[in-house]
Amino acid sequence: MENFGYHTPASVADAAKILVANEDAKLMAGGMTLLPTLKQRLAAPSDLIDLAGIAEMKGISRDGDEIVIGAMTPHADVHESALVREAIPGLAALAGQIGDPAVRHRGTIGGSISNADPASDYPAGLVGHGATVVTNKRKIAADDFFTGLFDTALEPGEIVTTVRFPVPLWSTYQKLRHPASGYAVVGVLVAQTKAGVRVAVTGAGPSVFRIAAMETALSQDFSAKAIEGITVSADDMNNDMHASAAYRAHVVTVLAKRAVASR
Amino acid sequence: MLIDVNMTINGKAVSGQVEARTLLVDFIRDHQRLTGTHVGCDTTQCGCCTVHVDGKAVKSCTILAVQTRGKDVLTIEGLAQADGTLHPVQEAFREHHGLQCGFCTPGMVMMGVDICRRHPNADEQTVRHELEGNICRCTGYQGIVEAIMDASAKMAGAR
Repeated sequence: MENFGYHTPASVADAAKILVANEDAKLMAGGMTLLPTLKQRLAAPSDLIDLAGIAEMKGISRDGDEIVIGAMTPHADVHESALVREAIPGLAALAGQIGDPAVRHRGTIGGSISNADPASDYPAGLVGHGATVVTNKRKIAADDFFTGLFDTALEPGEIVTTVRFPVPLWSTYQKLRHPASGYAVVGVLVAQTKAGVRVAVTGAGPSVFRIAAMETALSQDFSAKAIEGITVSADDMNNDMHASAAYRAHVVTVLAKRAVASR
Repeated sequence: MLIDVNMTINGKAVSGQVEARTLLVDFIRDHQRLTGTHVGCDTTQCGCCTVHVDGKAVKSCTILAVQTRGKDVLTIEGLAQADGTLHPVQEAFREHHGLQCGFCTPGMVMMGVDICRRHPNADEQTVRHELEGNICRCTGYQGIVEAIMDASAKMAGAR
């Protein structure tokens, strides 16, 4: 990879300053996507801003009816957290299905969602639970955060600091895992929340999406049968070497039914 | 521009100067001449380069040397005791013939130790699932899985 300037700010404010001052700088969280990208020379930032030294971006806590996860918290910590397992076991299970154990020790929730890989798991976790993304500038509802393929609502100089998950009544994540990469060919999160049923899908389309028809049907009758006739259009699905669009569309309903049936 | 790095490798304080882009595995192999840690794929997939940083298994081809400044790194060379007594996971790999060509073995053993840390008395399904980031092209995994299950049981019993 090309060489770069290396920065280790101790606060979010310092990181933002360096980011704004260097037009071609990149933030580095766990580096599990960024470092492979640099090695392949698909990117060559002038500077890397390593967020690992920022204490305020780490850790998991409970604040009333929300679980608050620091952006620099690795997937393994979310998976193993007693707090998360007790309050949102579906989220702990989701984190344990990302990549492999060594990747889970390094990769972080903030890095994952800021990268917004369409086949990553956390977008379904955030949108499915109606989470809120907190940045150094504002709060963004998960529904508004993921805006497209590798695209988010983050503006230049904006850094994700924490993610807040409302504790659901119940939730689960069902995933068709690519056997080699571990990425979601399709992943479906179904949650029963105080605000209603939410169904969020990752992997299948260019970005995470909800299925309103399933949410309505499940609100009236929370059973797999209630959604067996509800399908998404293959026109909106990803079509690649791993799975055709028609297959992905089919699997969305299969996994949603499986999720509901596991209640 | 070179950056000073200091860390502990296998209990010994080491220092050096690296470019920001120098990977930990290159610092370990080329600067420290500890060539037990292997580079298989260099793309975060095969796990041959697995080492422990502050007690947790990571792929040393996907972390910069500068990211481990001040940290405690353990490689395959640091696993056995000073008198040559093998770590229980190494001993189990020998006992169960958990290797053929040996190229993936340093990474398999380091991940095996991490699995035993997190899963006392690990069953076969757990071990196979946990090994998904480590690739072996010879053994068909059977001996590796048996070795880690055995070591996991023995280490749990010794606690």
